[in-house]
Amino acid sequence: MIGVVRSLMELPKEKLVEMYRKMFEIRSFEEKVFELYAQNMVPGTIHLYAGEEAVAVGVCSNLRKNDYITSTHRGHGHCIAKGADPKKIMAEILGKKTGYCKGKGGSMHIADFSVGMLGATAVVGAGIPIAVGAGLSIKLRGTDQVVACFFGEGASNQGTFHEGINLAAIWKLPVLFICENNLYAMGTRQSRVMLIKNIADRAAAYGIPGVVVDGNDVLAVYEAAGKAVERARKGEGPTLIECKTYRHKGHSRIDPAKYRPREEVEEWLRKDPIKRFKEKLLKEKLLSEVEIQGIEMEVTNEIEKAVKFAVESPYPKPEEALEDVYA
Amino acid sequence: MRRITYREALREALREEMRRDSTVFLLGEDIGRYWGGAFKVTEGLAEEFGDERVRDTPISESAIVGTAVGAAITGMRPVAEIMFGDLTTLAMDQIANQAAKIRYMFGGQTKVPLVVRTPFGAGVNIAAHHSQSLEAWYMHVPGLYVAVPSTPYDAKGLLKSAIRGNNPVIFCEHKLLYPIEGEVPEEEYTIPFGVADIKREGSDVTIVATMYMVHKALKAAEELEGEGISVEVVDPRTLTPLDKNAIISSVKKTGRLVVVSEDCKTAGVTAEIAALVAEEAIDYLDAPIKRVAEPDTPIPFSPPLEEYVIPNEKKIIKAVKEVV
Repeated sequence: MIGVVRSLMELPKEKLVEMYRKMFEIRSFEEKVFELYAQNMVPGTIHLYAGEEAVAVGVCSNLRKNDYITSTHRGHGHCIAKGADPKKIMAEILGKKTGYCKGKGGSMHIADFSVGMLGATAVVGAGIPIAVGAGLSIKLRGTDQVVACFFGEGASNQGTFHEGINLAAIWKLPVLFICENNLYAMGTRQSRVMLIKNIADRAAAYGIPGVVVDGNDVLAVYEAAGKAVERARKGEGPTLIECKTYRHKGHSRIDPAKYRPREEVEEWLRKDPIKRFKEKLLKEKLLSEVEIQGIEMEVTNEIEKAVKFAVESPYPKPEEALEDVYA
Repeated sequence: MRRITYREALREALREEMRRDSTVFLLGEDIGRYWGGAFKVTEGLAEEFGDERVRDTPISESAIVGTAVGAAITGMRPVAEIMFGDLTTLAMDQIANQAAKIRYMFGGQTKVPLVVRTPFGAGVNIAAHHSQSLEAWYMHVPGLYVAVPSTPYDAKGLLKSAIRGNNPVIFCEHKLLYPIEGEVPEEEYTIPFGVADIKREGSDVTIVATMYMVHKALKAAEELEGEGISVEVVDPRTLTPLDKNAIISSVKKTGRLVVVSEDCKTAGVTAEIAALVAEEAIDYLDAPIKRVAEPDTPIPFSPPLEEYVIPNEKKIIKAVKEVV
């Protein structure tokens, strides 16, 4: 594993503030979604990103606005990390007209093309070839953009994982394959469906680098992703980065996740990525308690505003269901 | 006018659009300089446009279409070739769940200018995995367009429109049509989607047919003319969007409808067109609607078996005579 503290000192303070802010923003956002869900204000289902914030933020902190990402059913965190507007994400989750997709996508299908967020697919593994296509487009257009493709360890058993990564490898496409290994595909523990411990080992099958990283350490993720971005921008091809992490909640809305041993959950809660990052920042005296409280207050206000905006926004007119089928 | 084959017409469309627009590129299995496509449609294009724009891929249909989707939503105009229509099943999620739905799901934020070219149809004794006609499946997916050209002229004009359009198109070719010749002008033209072509005018009965079946319907019409039956042959040219007006207008004129398609009868192309006429023009019908289609079997290998299940002139003539 790449477990690195040295890069902490090398990063400018604004970067650290921004990373902490984004992680805290994702957590606060997801807590609000959960609250609204409990109040029956969220139609359908939700898949919360709480606990995995270090992955999205560690990766996206290396990206430019015109770089791309693809996302999954557990995608709110990716959107926020890439710079999407929490107001419009929240409105979409509530099915409102002011949401990113005008209420047509919901929690599992948020996209913001204006910040390079190419959308979340709810078919496990389906985003992999699409990310590869964005990588091919970059290569054919001759820009130095990159694509970060997020998926879970469950997706690595799909055929699209094999087909997509192989294609990106042979064509040396600028794609980061970011596997968020949270140990469970719904209720299925990784050890029940594969004999290997590290998904990153699968990279060897495609002749590309495979890296295992502590997915609850935002700086470790940042550094690993940074190397992969550099390699991609230089035209040297894709990297598979496996981030070991854990979701704090169940798979979806009411799943109490009884299939997870209590000790395991407790152990991972102790490794909470936000708590760890905060402790590190304080210990290294890079941010003070007061500064951190300031960030947290700002973010809390912002999320409150997002909720207010979403709740007060109108629903789409029913007949708008007929629009946007064709361009 | 100059005559070229369906295959050459498709190749011309690809070549002209690639010259016109640098964002157009091709990808698929063995489409490049070493083979030129299993049916030779892309032959010579890698030599002109290079291996970057005429990309040979591994045998990975899902990744071929998925990659095309990703390229399409980031500024390119990919044309993917799936070697046989039967193999589009391997890319079904990328076609039906991703390409077709991305625009809608994301509230119209993006467009998916993507063409998937693929040959359907039986008649060359290659059995159940290389002979199906699955175009009706794709008619059932909102967000997709479905083109079904029957002549070199239509193939070229529709493919150029498909490439220039902003929606994902399943471009159905028919393997028996590739060597067929027809008139194609030298000068530039395109054919809009959703506009049927009356391939033959008549007054007693309307035959709606697509792709290779258009040619069988025309032969049947010729024979029936000798018996004093005047047949109108309507070729929708695209199944989505479907030129409903052309079909209904023709039925209003003739009062009789025979629908011919090579796909399976149940829930197929013929079912949809029959339902359309039953719903919107039943008062104009002087006889029940007849359908000539594949009798809901996989396509068999042996020549007498295959001939038995595929619609032909004899079956079309029989159906016409039942309603006239």
